[in-house]
Amino acid sequence: MQNLKLREKIEEMSGVSVLKCMRCGKCSATCPNYDEMEFHPHQFVYFVEKGEIDKLANSKSIYTCLSCMACVERCPRQVEPAKIIEAVKLLQIRKQGNNHLKPEQVSVSLDPELPAQALTSAFRKYSK
Amino acid sequence: MNFTYYPGCTLKAKGKDLDIYARKCAEVLGVTMDEIKDWQCCGGCYTTSQDEIATKLASVRALVEAKNNNTELLTLCSACHNVIKRVNNDMATNDYFNFRVNNYLKLDQPYNGEATVIHYLEMLRDKVGFDKIKEKVVNPLTGKKIGAYYGCLLLRPSSVMAFDNPENPTILEDFIKAIGATPVIYQMRNECCGAYCTLEDKAIPKKRSDKIIENALSKGAECLITACPLCLYNLKVNGGDKIPVYYFTELLAEALGVK
Ligand code: SF4
Ligand code: SF4
Repeated sequence: MQNLKLREKIEEMSGVSVLKCMRCGKCSATCPNYDEMEFHPHQFVYFVEKGEIDKLANSKSIYTCLSCMACVERCPRQVEPAKIIEAVKLLQIRKQGNNHLKPEQVSVSLDPELPAQALTSAFRKYSK
Repeated sequence: MNFTYYPGCTLKAKGKDLDIYARKCAEVLGVTMDEIKDWQCCGGCYTTSQDEIATKLASVRALVEAKNNNTELLTLCSACHNVIKRVNNDMATNDYFNFRVNNYLKLDQPYNGEATVIHYLEMLRDKVGFDKIKEKVVNPLTGKKIGAYYGCLLLRPSSVMAFDNPENPTILEDFIKAIGATPVIYQMRNECCGAYCTLEDKAIPKKRSDKIIENALSKGAECLITACPLCLYNLKVNGGDKIPVYYFTELLAEALGVK
């Protein structure tokens, strides 16, 4: 389903202009988690441009982006795809009851060596 | 030399060593680290969305403290540094964000990004100077082949972090030379370790760490150094203990004879 209103919202949240993309694919070529993402950074830009946002929002890829900013750094057009992925993910987890990580999921299997930073950043990324 | 110091949550627990050695070395180097009394956790991860306000307030409070103390804000954990520096940039350049934060905080003086955020490594390079450190070394780590692991957070996005050349950084290699050791250059030193995805799917940081370690070993590295507790965890634990990984401050303390 095409949703241009949502596209506008995502552009506003991310500050990204999807029309700047020239589809060179450099962002996806440099993405360290390419194999673990069903949709790659250039596809996030492309499908947001098309207003086909549902499939992105329902994909696990929004949680496997590492926020490493490699795609942001290396995009020759300063499109900054990771900001698009972040906006799509936020719209998902901001929905009531839609937190991706819940405290009860981690407490049982907590590794004694795991630094607090892993927990704070995972909760920042995956929950509201 | 005085700095307002922001340690962050991990440096009070699992990442203690990063902090303890940094303080010992600071003493030797004539640097005073004044810890903010009631600092709050930065959240560990910067959220790029422009309408995220509440998640960035802890950083602004630390920045305001540094401004009021009339000193630069010293960070040590790569993640804190990344978050706080990017929030400071938002305060200086994003009117909408600045307005909403100041409107909420009701400070005596509005905050507009006046403070400077400086990482401990930048402090060593730009304030103390690697030459001066070389002079103070009593136990040079001669012959030790060290791979610098930068990861993402210190370098990217370079338009805001302005830490070093994002694709060919040299600050950690210069640091390694200053403590008398030999830097080993390997391509993956600025590629991601898998970060917080260790809670989503451990296979991701395992795969990332394997690639990084394999690359470092193939270039002859005997150990790796980092400024990030999560990188250390991923490389060490998820990487299967294939190579020793240290905080850079631990090796500095060893070289300065205060370990
Ligand atoms: S690198 Fe930039 S211009 Fe190229 S496909 Fe990705 S977003 Fe588009
Ligand atoms: S920020 Fe996400 S999408 Fe971009 S390169 Fe890193 S892992 Fe890939």
